[in-house]
Amino acid sequence: MLSEEERRDIEREAPNYATRKALCIDALRIVQGHRGYVSDQALQEVADYLGLPLSHVEGVATFYNLIFRHPVGARVILVCDSVSCWIMGCERLLDRLRAHLETDVGGTSPDGRYTLLTAPCLGACDFAPVLMIGETLHRDVTAETLPDLLGKGG
Amino acid sequence: MATLYVDGQAFSVDPTQNLLHECLSLGLDLPYFCWHPALGSVGACRQCAVKLFRDEGDHQGVIVMACMTPADDGTRISLVDEQARDFRARVIEWMMAHHPHDCPVCDEGGECHLQDMTVMTGHVHRRYRFPKRTFDNQHLGPFVNHEMNRCIQCYRCVRFYNDYAGGTDFGVFGSRDHVYFGRAADGVLENEFSGNLVEVCPTGVFTDKTLKAHYTRKWDLQSAPSVCPHCGLGCHTTVAEHDGVLRRVQNRFSADINGYFLCDRGRYGYAFVNAPERLRRTSLRNAAGRLNLAPADALLQELCTRLGGNMPLIGIASPRASLEANFALRTLVKPENFFLGWSAVEDACARTMLAVARGIAPLASLAEVESSDAILVLGEDITQTAPRMALAARQAVRHAAFAKAKALGIPVWQDLAVRQAAAGLKSPLFIASVDATRLDDAATECWRGAPDDMARLGFAIGRRLSREEAGGETFPSAMEGFSQRVARALAGAARPLVVTGSSLGCPALLDAAAHLVGALRTLGLPAKLALGMPERNTMGLALMGGESLHTLEQATQKLPACALIVLENDLSRRIGEAAADRVFAQAGLTVLIDHKRHAGVERADYVLPAATFAEESGTTVNHEGRAQRFFQVFSPPDDIQASWRWLRDIGRGLGREPCDRWTALDDVLHTLEETLPVFHGLAQAAPEATYRRHGLKLARKPHRASGRTAVHAHLDIHEHQPPTDCDSPLTFSMEGHQGSPPGPAIPVFWAPGWNSVQALSHFQREVGGTLCGEGPGLLLIAPAQQVPEFFQEIPPAFVPRDDALYFVPAWHIFGSEEQSAGSPAVRERIPAPYVALRPEDAARAGLAAGDTAALEVGAVRLRLPWIAHPELPQGVGSLPVGLPAMPWLMLPAWGAVAKASR
Amino acid sequence: MERPLTRNIRPDEPPLALEAYRRVGGYEAVRKALAQSPEAITQAVKEAGLRGCGGAGFPTGVKWSAVPMGADAPHPKYLVVNADEMEPGSFKDRLLLEGDPHQMVEAVIVSGFAIQADHAYIFLRGEYTLARQRLGAAIREAYAAGLLGPGILGSGYGLELHVHSSAGRYMCGEASALLNALEGGRAIPRAKAVRTAVSGLWGKPTVVNNVETLCNVPHIVNNGAAWYKSLGLGDAVGTKIYGASGKVKRPGAWELPLGTTLRAIIEEHAGGMRDGVAFRACLPGGASTAFVGEAGLDVAMDWHGVQSVGSRLGTGTVIVLDDQTCPVGMLLSLQRFFAQESCGWCTPCWSGLHWVASLLHRFEAGQATEDDFDLLRTQADHLTKGYTFCGLAPGAMESLASGLDLFRDDFMRHVSLRRCPWRA
Repeated sequence: MLSEEERRDIEREAPNYATRKALCIDALRIVQGHRGYVSDQALQEVADYLGLPLSHVEGVATFYNLIFRHPVGARVILVCDSVSCWIMGCERLLDRLRAHLETDVGGTSPDGRYTLLTAPCLGACDFAPVLMIGETLHRDVTAETLPDLLGKGG
Repeated sequence: MATLYVDGQAFSVDPTQNLLHECLSLGLDLPYFCWHPALGSVGACRQCAVKLFRDEGDHQGVIVMACMTPADDGTRISLVDEQARDFRARVIEWMMAHHPHDCPVCDEGGECHLQDMTVMTGHVHRRYRFPKRTFDNQHLGPFVNHEMNRCIQCYRCVRFYNDYAGGTDFGVFGSRDHVYFGRAADGVLENEFSGNLVEVCPTGVFTDKTLKAHYTRKWDLQSAPSVCPHCGLGCHTTVAEHDGVLRRVQNRFSADINGYFLCDRGRYGYAFVNAPERLRRTSLRNAAGRLNLAPADALLQELCTRLGGNMPLIGIASPRASLEANFALRTLVKPENFFLGWSAVEDACARTMLAVARGIAPLASLAEVESSDAILVLGEDITQTAPRMALAARQAVRHAAFAKAKALGIPVWQDLAVRQAAAGLKSPLFIASVDATRLDDAATECWRGAPDDMARLGFAIGRRLSREEAGGETFPSAMEGFSQRVARALAGAARPLVVTGSSLGCPALLDAAAHLVGALRTLGLPAKLALGMPERNTMGLALMGGESLHTLEQATQKLPACALIVLENDLSRRIGEAAADRVFAQAGLTVLIDHKRHAGVERADYVLPAATFAEESGTTVNHEGRAQRFFQVFSPPDDIQASWRWLRDIGRGLGREPCDRWTALDDVLHTLEETLPVFHGLAQAAPEATYRRHGLKLARKPHRASGRTAVHAHLDIHEHQPPTDCDSPLTFSMEGHQGSPPGPAIPVFWAPGWNSVQALSHFQREVGGTLCGEGPGLLLIAPAQQVPEFFQEIPPAFVPRDDALYFVPAWHIFGSEEQSAGSPAVRERIPAPYVALRPEDAARAGLAAGDTAALEVGAVRLRLPWIAHPELPQGVGSLPVGLPAMPWLMLPAWGAVAKASR
Repeated sequence: MERPLTRNIRPDEPPLALEAYRRVGGYEAVRKALAQSPEAITQAVKEAGLRGCGGAGFPTGVKWSAVPMGADAPHPKYLVVNADEMEPGSFKDRLLLEGDPHQMVEAVIVSGFAIQADHAYIFLRGEYTLARQRLGAAIREAYAAGLLGPGILGSGYGLELHVHSSAGRYMCGEASALLNALEGGRAIPRAKAVRTAVSGLWGKPTVVNNVETLCNVPHIVNNGAAWYKSLGLGDAVGTKIYGASGKVKRPGAWELPLGTTLRAIIEEHAGGMRDGVAFRACLPGGASTAFVGEAGLDVAMDWHGVQSVGSRLGTGTVIVLDDQTCPVGMLLSLQRFFAQESCGWCTPCWSGLHWVASLLHRFEAGQATEDDFDLLRTQADHLTKGYTFCGLAPGAMESLASGLDLFRDDFMRHVSLRRCPWRA
């Protein structure tokens, strides 16, 4: 069962849409916001709550980049690897992160604090390379500033 | 009509269609994948690219997808254009980049649309040199095999399963080059039409799992056109055999009936034919009461001797036997001793259905169900009793969407555009039923009630339509509100339809439906009635006429002096085990002709093994009164022969005319036509045995059939002569005509370059249209021109009782039908025995969750797990019909329920 | 020089709240619009020559004119702001959303009024968390001030505005796919069998416009079409937010008259190339536009000018390639993005783009042959407009096709050296 809080958050969005089906993406994001990721169990709960087939909700969940169907660390790092950041050296940044977090892209650091992912252009190309830690965008990130960012935990 | 120029040549085409549809209708080879004649266009695969020119002067042109471009008048296209051909070859190359090329071990190999299209585009050389993407496969239940690596992402499967068939447990997952089609997790595909995935999938992702268990390539299969024996709809099938084993059933297109799709019972019910436990040998009961094998000749001789010249014969006919078999029985035993082999309730329903069809309501074909723009389903759970009709009704609700699309200028073949514009808009589909049904999700409104209350509902609607006073009847306000909405929708429709049937055993429901259709026709509306019927020849038997088993039960005193011949009938499923036992016990002598082992086999003195639908040719009459011929697929082994031949043999032994003169099916048909005028013209329902094409009979096997000389080599070094077939224009051989015979006699769809089921379009006048030369059977029932006084008797309202529940039959697509229940794959889908109770009623009986219920229904006592069905009306319970693991119950009936003691 | 779109935006300062926004003339356009007929607003936008700034450049007024109007029109009608900025190298909408959210809200109200929309959605990039907060605050203020909801400013017109935060997919930037996402489905593009202005979201009339496009509308209403036209250079009308990224001295975004030259953007506004690197080529309007070399720099960055050198204005945000960066690697980064973001609907896109990215990777890994170059060319030739279901793959092929022409020698050096020349 979805928690009372999750249901309340979903219902807050409900008046904005013409159908329950349209709530599907918001509901997945809300549940992920509460639980970190969307487990099989959570997926079923969302489907049941909205009265949608599980296969539909899974079809949506597996389509979008920001719905996580596997457990993630306490924070997700999204490293922009699109063209401007690539020109400005995101690959070196990624190498540093891999080493620092002891995980590859798609993995979680052994201490469970961070999951490392790449992301398409974050729309801050004038400050490339950029990355997001949790909800916060960090601009002009260099190998030197990186440990500091991670130390602060975003 | 419009003019389409293809590579400079002018063709007359239908401007409401798209270019791909028209090119294929013209017989032009244009490859495609995502488009399907019943599913429309979505433009996903990009395979059907053609060059479109602005006008005569345009030589540059642009590439367009034929499936997404209307065939407007004056359109100029090129299929052979270099750029178009090149692009089509690239599309195949992209698809084949990830395809595993595992044709030799793929069940689709040799009849694969992807293979055909690859050859058609000329793609032969591989340039993609990277790892292919791979997937895990899922276990999808007993019907469909899953091999995702072969997928070319055409989206046909999900569009059929979800959009067309209303499935909810299947989907599309992931994105980019990692799109996965399957279930959210391993598990049985729940939709009743899942088997169509096998034909809808253009390659080997979804294949027939039952075929896999005894796999044979298409070119080695011996096929014949057939009619599905598993309900009264009479869907057309192509049935295939190899080496004495029935291998598979495929959909056989029929414009009027099943179109492109079959239900899973129709597709997977066939394997009862191969069942090791079925009857194969003649046998007789010895003095010790044991059934012993006996050679057929000797047995017949002994039987005829015992019957002598004057022992009266009593025949019990069967709605699951062919017209020919039933007529042979009727001829042998004489009409006055011919009993219809069904119960009083079944008889009442059948008589009413026939009376209604003859007097008031033209019966709707499945195509007409689909074209109806307002439907009331009154009582019949068609998903379970007449599944293909439910699929047709599901499409019928789209007419409102088509109308909206039309207003917006969207062609109906633009499938997703129409669905998106419709945004859930539906034509009226009202469902009145005892319990929740699997069609409810497609309905605009549902209503639940006891059978008699549904009949009252029908009358209430009819009264509204005819603006008559209810003659002192008052209806509850909930019924009034619903009936008002239904009446308004039906009266406002151009093609209204009422659907009902006999499965609840409630003739009043049929009266009510007739009343309703009569009222609509009085208003000048072309209303039709669609009937669900439980068995393949229910209508045929009703047309033949006779008394029911009830009459026989009333006259058992004459039985001891008589010989009883039971034709393809398990009497315990008609009148209950006890009554059936009494009939057998009292008869002086009993002969059972059947293919299926059942309680009657243990009772009969003589057992004669009958042919199944695949082992004989014959005629059945479907729910709309359409007589249809099914053709023998293969020559059965052992003593098995068509029932009419056993009856003929007995007649011969007794010197009875005219059956002693019959040698071939057509002889029986001709006598039948002469004897019973209602069947006049029957022989023309399909080509007769004398039909020849270019002087040849029609080959059941394709040219490529291999190993005819070797298939029996382990038994005999000599090549066996193929059996001859005097009953049909088909041969049991690859010798014979291989081209395009008339529709009802096409053994298999196969055309040069088109090896898959998609070869069908080469046999149609236009894609999606009737088969060339199709005589889709013969309609035997014409309704009266004038609307007579119609049924008026309104049953009293259902009153729940304190001491008992009213148990109604709950039909199951898998399990309730006798023959298909003998197929191993279907058996896996048969529900475990149960009793369904409204939770309040269960609580009153002291039942808590997990308790076992003790039931007493009629003379039968049984213990069953109970399940909660909150939508059942108060005082009504339901029990599954005919499950092999349950005794036969005479339903509907009042019964007592209590908590079972441990 | 007038900069209507960015006049309230100060770098690294919070955006104007409602009162401050009103003090500088904010929401004046709402008042003015409500006093006119909806058709008059559409007419003004048409006259002003406003075109879609999301990349396609379709005339906005023409799009609006297709919406059924009057008493018989179907309702609800929808206005959707496409704020799913995800085109690599584009960062102009973020500037407007974060920098002046009330301008966005005002633009929605005025534009919604023009088509008589009942509901409006801002379909926002999921990663734009700051923009979400700021838009949320602005919308709350607008509701409180009676600028949103029923009976805006006492008029008979009402509008509900809602921010939908996307779950992330480039495909959502395609207007019809965006509608499928809003309906709670997979963002697969729709067949263009009917205009969304007639039948869009839930089958109702729907207009989808880009952020920057709509932000122009209040200014056109306030100052008139003639004024708007006068803002551009030459034949071009209005202003445009241009941007530059890559190894330029001052990467950034600037509102400039439409028609400013590519050279002016790179050399004046972005300060030219960084020390030690030289200009090689650029993508003038984001990742879905063709490379322009040195010879094309003097072209006017407007709808026609860029086309004259074989590229497109696109989003107007320039991505600069320098001589110290591997062009093959840059193409790989671009094509990986497109292959990753393909929705999986049509064959050329899902299979072809994956193949392209694999081939480019082979070049970068030093394992490619000359045949692979021809194969890339084949892919580029067959993933073009009309061949695919939507514009994603053809957009992707613009950089590839032009890159294969411009950088053939670089590709061949990867083959002959058996490694990337720019990597040690």
